Amino acid sequence: MTLEKLEQIAQCERERQAQFADGVNVCVATGCLASQSQSVKGALDSEVASRGWENRCRVKGVGCLGLCSEGPLVSTRSGVLYKRVTAADAGEILDHAGKVPLRRLLCPTDMAFFRKQQKIVTENSGVVDPERIEDYISAGGYSALIQVLTEMTPVQVIQEVTKSGLRGRGGAGYPTGLKWSTVAKAVGIQKFVICNADEGDPGAFMDRSVLESDPHRVIEGMLIAAYAVGASEGYIYIRAEYPLAIKQLRTALPQAEQLGLLGTAICGTRFNFRIELRVGAGAYVCGEETALIASVEGKRGTPRPRPPYPAQAGLLGQPTLINNVETFASIPPIIRKGGDWYASIGTEKSKGTKVFSLTGQIHNTGVVEVPMGVTLREIIFEIGGGIPKGRKFKAVQTGGPSGGCIPAHFLDTPVDYESLAQLGSIMGSGGMVVMDESSCMVDVAKYFMEFCMTESCGKCIPCRVGTYQMHRILSAITNMTATEQDLKILEELCDLLKNTSLCGLGQSAPNPVVSTLKSFGAEYKAHIQEHKCAAGVCTPKAQEVCA
Amino acid sequence: MATHVAKPVPPNQDKRWKLVDSSMRRTGEHSRGLIETLHTVQEAFGYLDKEALHYVAASLRVPLSRAYGVATFYHYFTLKPAGRHACSVCTGTACHIKGSAELLGVAKRALGIKPGDTTQGGQVSLLSERCIGPCGLGPVVVYDEEVAAEETPQALALRLKKWMVP
Repeated sequence: MTLEKLEQIAQCERERQAQFADGVNVCVATGCLASQSQSVKGALDSEVASRGWENRCRVKGVGCLGLCSEGPLVSTRSGVLYKRVTAADAGEILDHAGKVPLRRLLCPTDMAFFRKQQKIVTENSGVVDPERIEDYISAGGYSALIQVLTEMTPVQVIQEVTKSGLRGRGGAGYPTGLKWSTVAKAVGIQKFVICNADEGDPGAFMDRSVLESDPHRVIEGMLIAAYAVGASEGYIYIRAEYPLAIKQLRTALPQAEQLGLLGTAICGTRFNFRIELRVGAGAYVCGEETALIASVEGKRGTPRPRPPYPAQAGLLGQPTLINNVETFASIPPIIRKGGDWYASIGTEKSKGTKVFSLTGQIHNTGVVEVPMGVTLREIIFEIGGGIPKGRKFKAVQTGGPSGGCIPAHFLDTPVDYESLAQLGSIMGSGGMVVMDESSCMVDVAKYFMEFCMTESCGKCIPCRVGTYQMHRILSAITNMTATEQDLKILEELCDLLKNTSLCGLGQSAPNPVVSTLKSFGAEYKAHIQEHKCAAGVCTPKAQEVCA
Repeated sequence: MATHVAKPVPPNQDKRWKLVDSSMRRTGEHSRGLIETLHTVQEAFGYLDKEALHYVAASLRVPLSRAYGVATFYHYFTLKPAGRHACSVCTGTACHIKGSAELLGVAKRALGIKPGDTTQGGQVSLLSERCIGPCGLGPVVVYDEEVAAEETPQALALRLKKWMVP
């Protein structure tokens, strides 16, 4: 494979698409599938067939179009977006193809939800057919890989990534360039690249969306990383709860192999790289890198103390690079357009864009990509469209069970790694759950503690026993049976877990409690002293006897 | 001197063991393929029984304790046979905020079982899922393979009632 051949494939694909006078794209990612988009696509397909329009209108299943709450979404080649489409609308949509848009189903694309976004990682989402590598190539795909293999040394690649200022999108925000150069310098018989697609945070689904919509972008990112650090084997560790993303990857990997973009002697060079898929089996802790490595090795997913970091001794004791899906997906555009270009987006310390999944009590739920540094208010009230039913905003939860709840008076905080950490939350992988006054913050804290309690792997005692104790106290508070003494113990436990747990799960498990205690301490007090829950979620119950 | 260990024989004549064997071959019958193999067994048989664990452990040359450890560590694996239908309530954050606890309560009462159990007669299994991803459309319930968005307690109760009739 050379750049010329790649251009040939792209040209072929563009000509193929130009044959059709019109095109209709149906979102068939998990979000819209849940609102029956498959039947919409089926109806469009049969309508096209019955009209004999096979050579005139192309119906394409595409990835996520972003606005999940208005699904099933259908877009046309002329840029019209239709929302809440049903199978019965197929005929009318085709009638209006290439003409005046069908007003009844029209979704305005000039609303803040679309206007305020800047798409880099998700640029192909909803545009390319995730099941066709040719479509990805016609959108400029794999050109970064060929550029890297033919024109750049591994050191230059790492320099470019370092220049871009990209930081790990899995949550911690470790500089990607630095991680790559550590793995590149490490000595080992063999090196590995692992893509962490174990997106376990409940309420976060950006990685699922990227993998379902544009799997080749992640593969290309991994290939570039492997070349840069000198790895020859790679794994994508994906959670079993994402069957569609798994299916898209199982389609994409052989396609890349067939074109000689994956496997041995890639693009006629001496660079070899294979990718294997590893499907998780439902363990949140496997998002932690050392636990993930244990799981790839076929063992129970329990973490181990670091150092040594995986960059020195990871999979099978060899230097291993682990990055998140979104991190890998950011790499091809950085190579194509240069590190300086990427660094020009975002804030001083947090560069580029970040994909968030916006859910909870909010008008527009879905996947959004914004430059770093926009404020929470912009995301929630402009892009998200605010809180429905005239209710009042109460808090936004970022970072999943390891993050915290941010109250209304911090809404003007810019979204970047440092600012969110200052508020006692974290960027995390990018889940944002918006809560209004109908949510009780103690109940939310209890919810996350229950999550951490059941997901604790049980290896270290502070996490195994501490999360159980904290959950017991939080249950007592929501049952209105707790005392002031319990609250004191709860605070002590927060400190204990944070400082003595083995891995990130235990260390960050108290975060939701700490942040709600800080911003919503009055709610805890009301539960304990007045036996009242302002949101009306908790009701007094007799203390449950723990078995 | 290298000792030759005879390959274990499948527990019975069931053709599905061929799938399991080929899955193990793909990973070079290496212990690294344990989780992959258990996935295949569960896909083929619906659950992991004692014979299956014995067979997989012997074939991959790992102690039975490790196979059992892995099978019980991960939530996805089940050691009990599943019901004819599966009702799985998502309890992710977004679904929780939108009332998944109520849905789970309704399901528990309607079926008279806890999450992870199957009704007598093996008609319906009740599961609670950690987060399946379509968070924008919560609360979400998965009936067998079909994902139902913005599910209501009434619709859930109705569906379960239909399923309970053999």
